[in-house]
Amino acid sequence: MTKRRIEPLVWLTFSGGGVAAATFLPVLALLFALAFPLGWIDPPSYDRMADLLGHPLTFLVLLGLFPVMLIHAAHRFRYTLYDGLQVKHKLLVAMLCYGGALAGSFAALVWLGNALT
Amino acid sequence: MTDESDDNITMRVTRYRPDKNDPPVPVDYGVPLRKEWTVLDGLNHIKAEQDESLAFRWSCRMGICGSCGMNVDGEPRLTCATFLSDYAPGPVRVEPLANFPVVKDLVVDINDFMEKLPRVKPWIIRDDDVTEIDGEYLQTPEELDAYKQFSMCINCMLCYAACPVYGLDPDFMGPAAIALAERYDLDSRDHGARERLDVLIEHEGVWGCTFVGECTRVCPKHVDPAGAIQRYKVKAAKESVMAFLLPRAAGR
Amino acid sequence: MSDTRYHPPVRLFWWTTKRSYFLFVMRELSSLFVAWLVLFLILLVRAVSRGEAAYESFWDWADTPWVVAINLLAFAFLVLHTVTWFNLTPQAMDLRLRGRRLPASAIIGAQYGGLLVVSAAIAWLVLR
Repeated sequence: MTKRRIEPLVWLTFSGGGVAAATFLPVLALLFALAFPLGWIDPPSYDRMADLLGHPLTFLVLLGLFPVMLIHAAHRFRYTLYDGLQVKHKLLVAMLCYGGALAGSFAALVWLGNALT
Repeated sequence: MTDESDDNITMRVTRYRPDKNDPPVPVDYGVPLRKEWTVLDGLNHIKAEQDESLAFRWSCRMGICGSCGMNVDGEPRLTCATFLSDYAPGPVRVEPLANFPVVKDLVVDINDFMEKLPRVKPWIIRDDDVTEIDGEYLQTPEELDAYKQFSMCINCMLCYAACPVYGLDPDFMGPAAIALAERYDLDSRDHGARERLDVLIEHEGVWGCTFVGECTRVCPKHVDPAGAIQRYKVKAAKESVMAFLLPRAAGR
Repeated sequence: MSDTRYHPPVRLFWWTTKRSYFLFVMRELSSLFVAWLVLFLILLVRAVSRGEAAYESFWDWADTPWVVAINLLAFAFLVLHTVTWFNLTPQAMDLRLRGRRLPASAIIGAQYGGLLVVSAAIAWLVLR
């Protein structure tokens, strides 16, 4: 019997988040972080955005995407600190990285819920 | 030492003398620059003509024994397959393989690797009583193709020298050992995949790897250890999800 | 017997010594910017959930020079993430079709196809 280990499941989430970030994030970042703020395109009206985020499907999709992308980033940044900067407090680094991802996911859950109509 | 500089190249060889216990120092040697001369030929020329105390490993001179690996200009290479003319006008740096303790000059201590290899059980494991005495295990050309790439490893350890994760954490099982485990997993005659996964699913197994990919880039035999390690992560993840979803069916 | 071997130390900034190592660490550092962009989007969700005034002031904040600068940098790192992620997938996935291993170009092409479809769908949803 294979021993139960947490690493494979964390790695699976990391990989899923990597795919999500590579596929979904570019267009979202291009629109919301660059095109709208810089005035290349007019941002959607408030009513349009409230409609979009009020839809249960948007809620479900974003609630799926945000946490896995955050865990992807946390996992990778944890190893960047281990390998790139040789940080020795490994447990502390892991707790801060994954803890940050969980806190972000919780905030996403609350605010996505508030935006539901 | 160099009268006709056009026909010579300086080899900057790292020397380490254990009896002195001082840090290694680079020493310059001029050797003839000939079109067909490899770095190993240059080292043999130094040993024969200039300093017989220079220590380095070599054997076959044809890229098959895997014993002449060194860092040439910072890159892990088989010195018998690396031509001096590619580094002209020089100087060309010749250092011991990175990430290993140095015994003397260009000779490194490979005990860690020798101890790791058997841990992944790189031999055919059967779960029946069939042995060689009952006749050979038959295999189709397609079944051979499935693992052939991973069986080309010559244990030269260039991948360990290229792997920053192994340099930082010597407990990491490392590229060649995991690629060899994958070689037997993919062998149609073998039934040992679960036993190997039990070893590699451990913390020191595959999880330290961050897919730098350098092991695959430096491999002189195109084995692709980086690919093997990622595929082991996929296997481990599949196993874990199955164990999570079907706790009773898992394991047997 | 004392250990007479020399143990080479690993330098703190070992990844500055080789181009491929440097690119690797930059690839890994993209994680920080992925996290930032997700946080940015979560803050946008928060603004929408708090009403029209909060939504308008979000755009004012998103247009401040330092936010724009971070977002430009973050987008560059995100492109690095996407390109490297797609390129490395064929090595990690042993996908077979009728016993034959799928060529790397097919897997990479399929991923860019997916990116295109997802991007077009999201852009249509947001901009229509």
